[in-house]
Amino acid sequence: MSKAILYDSTLCIGCKACEGGCAERWGLPYNDKIAAEETISAHKLTAVETHGERYSRRLCMNCQQPACASVCPVGALQKTALGPVVYDADKCMGCRYCMQACPFQVPTYEWDKRLPKMRKCDMCSDRQIKGKQTACAEACPVGATVCGERDELLTEARKRIAEKPGGYYNKVYGVQEVGGTSVLYLSAVPFEQIGLRTNVPMEALPETTWRVLELVPDVVSTGTVMLGGIWWITNRRAEVAKKEGRRK
Amino acid sequence: MKVQFPKITVWRAIFAAIMLSGLAATYLRVMYGLGGSTNMSDKFPWGLWIGFDVMCGVALAAGGFTLVAMVHIFNVEAYKPVLRPAILTAFLGYSLVVVGLLFDLGRPDRLWHPLVMWNPHSVMFEVAWCVTLYTTVLFLEFLPMVFEKFGMHKPLEWIHRISVPLMILGVLLSTLHQSSLGSLFLIVPEKLYPLWYTPILPLLFWVSAIAVGLAMTIFESWHSSRAFGRALELPLLASMGRVLAVLMSVYLWIRFLDMSHRHVFGLLGRNRTETWLFGLEIALMAIPAVLLFQAKVRMRPGALYACAVMVVFGVITNRLNVGITGLEAGSGTHYFPKWSEVAVTLSIVAAGFAIFHFVAQNFPVFEGHPHEAALAELEETEEDPVVV
Ligand code: SF4
Ligand code: SF4
Repeated sequence: MSKAILYDSTLCIGCKACEGGCAERWGLPYNDKIAAEETISAHKLTAVETHGERYSRRLCMNCQQPACASVCPVGALQKTALGPVVYDADKCMGCRYCMQACPFQVPTYEWDKRLPKMRKCDMCSDRQIKGKQTACAEACPVGATVCGERDELLTEARKRIAEKPGGYYNKVYGVQEVGGTSVLYLSAVPFEQIGLRTNVPMEALPETTWRVLELVPDVVSTGTVMLGGIWWITNRRAEVAKKEGRRK
Repeated sequence: MKVQFPKITVWRAIFAAIMLSGLAATYLRVMYGLGGSTNMSDKFPWGLWIGFDVMCGVALAAGGFTLVAMVHIFNVEAYKPVLRPAILTAFLGYSLVVVGLLFDLGRPDRLWHPLVMWNPHSVMFEVAWCVTLYTTVLFLEFLPMVFEKFGMHKPLEWIHRISVPLMILGVLLSTLHQSSLGSLFLIVPEKLYPLWYTPILPLLFWVSAIAVGLAMTIFESWHSSRAFGRALELPLLASMGRVLAVLMSVYLWIRFLDMSHRHVFGLLGRNRTETWLFGLEIALMAIPAVLLFQAKVRMRPGALYACAVMVVFGVITNRLNVGITGLEAGSGTHYFPKWSEVAVTLSIVAAGFAIFHFVAQNFPVFEGHPHEAALAELEETEEDPVVV
């Protein structure tokens, strides 16, 4: 069973309590100036955005098949069975391929540090292991962010839409996007109006590169035989030509 | 005793200026991190150092594997005189790519991590391994020049014994990582502008790498013939121009087919930066392809050289478009390199030229150098593994 977060933007009052809870859990500074920033960065792993009178939250989607984990050359990023996509800073070499590959532009970098790390939300992996909620869900005073089993949250989300069809856009974001994510969104309006990306592929991204990578053994084996064969043929020919030339 | 200062020429002055700016940029990089020395951002995590130093660096060093394959595997003896300079360029090129990476990685001290921490699903993991192994192969292919210089016959023999498997390995590794540099971008279908994003990026990267390898060889031969006052191997280079013309045509044809299958020609009607950059890239590849089909052009050193330069710049434009400019719109941001990024890149290129010059002057890189005895011997030993 894997954990997930359900964020219902129709319930969100923009109080930013989730931001505070997140900062505390990571031991990051949090004050009015930081609260006013509406983008995620290395010192702010979740951000509440204002879209007119609506709100939306940005955080790592903890994808079901994360692009970031598939591209990391050293395996510093891993999708855990529990749900969170976790990061091992001791492995990270700072190539920033995860940042390039993430379809949601989530990973951020400590650009100004001499020994920088990548930074992103990991759905409070350590807390969830202990059976606790994520810090943001715990902090949310109105239940706009809740945390639980993905299946159950999905059922809950669909129930909310069914009960109040006029109040919701008839879709749950995160069901199919990039093959499914562990953060699900509900909204009153089409998702792009609250800043969510609707141009992301509906297939899991790691597939795109794996289709090519899985050919590597074929290329190597066929290539070896072919190149070896060509070498053998051409040099043999040269050899014969030389010998015949000598005999003449 | 009189102290002799090196003569100050324009080139030396430019070289010194570039190296000084590179030094200043290095200071910035070390003291203030990537933030202080580059214009990269969370939205645009790869800049000039990946786009040029790595992507173009590896492509321009492709002559090594192209010529090894032609001379030793396809047995085209005629290309032998330009084989060594090509291997030297490749070896230098790859070494400098590693230098570029040391600047670009957030934790350059962990450059070796992919060798022990594996993730076979990552294209970059594959590239890291291939580049490491191939640089080793190139080093071994370069060693005979050193052994010859110092008349070390025993090691020369050893190297020759393993040379065939070594060369096959080199060609395979190159095929893999040249194409994989294209595969790196398969994971960003929604970011990379559709004029460039295609599932066959790896194939396109591989074919263009072979072509630019030849173009670089023509480029180098022309320069070294001037620098060292050698006669230009014109018939040889002209025949290489022929191959180049065919390769570029094949490449452009594949691209045309791919674009028509993806129905993206409509995009060319839009007045956007991407359209113009795409046009530039295609022009730089198509014009030399057409010109090189004419014997008149191929037999004129200046024209042949100009065509090679166009191909080189065409491929550079392509790599920069895929690695930088084609990603800007999709990333929702603009990127323009900071002066220090440019300074480091220029320094690396300048260092490449300088080291090449030095090695070419001091080691038997070009045939006809005063090492003919060693060469003759080499020729004899080279016949040995041929006896099947
Ligand atoms: S949203 Fe981005 S960083 Fe988060 S798991 Fe998905 S790919 Fe990785
Ligand atoms: S920056 Fe670190 S975590 Fe991200 S892909 Fe590179 S090594 Fe992996």
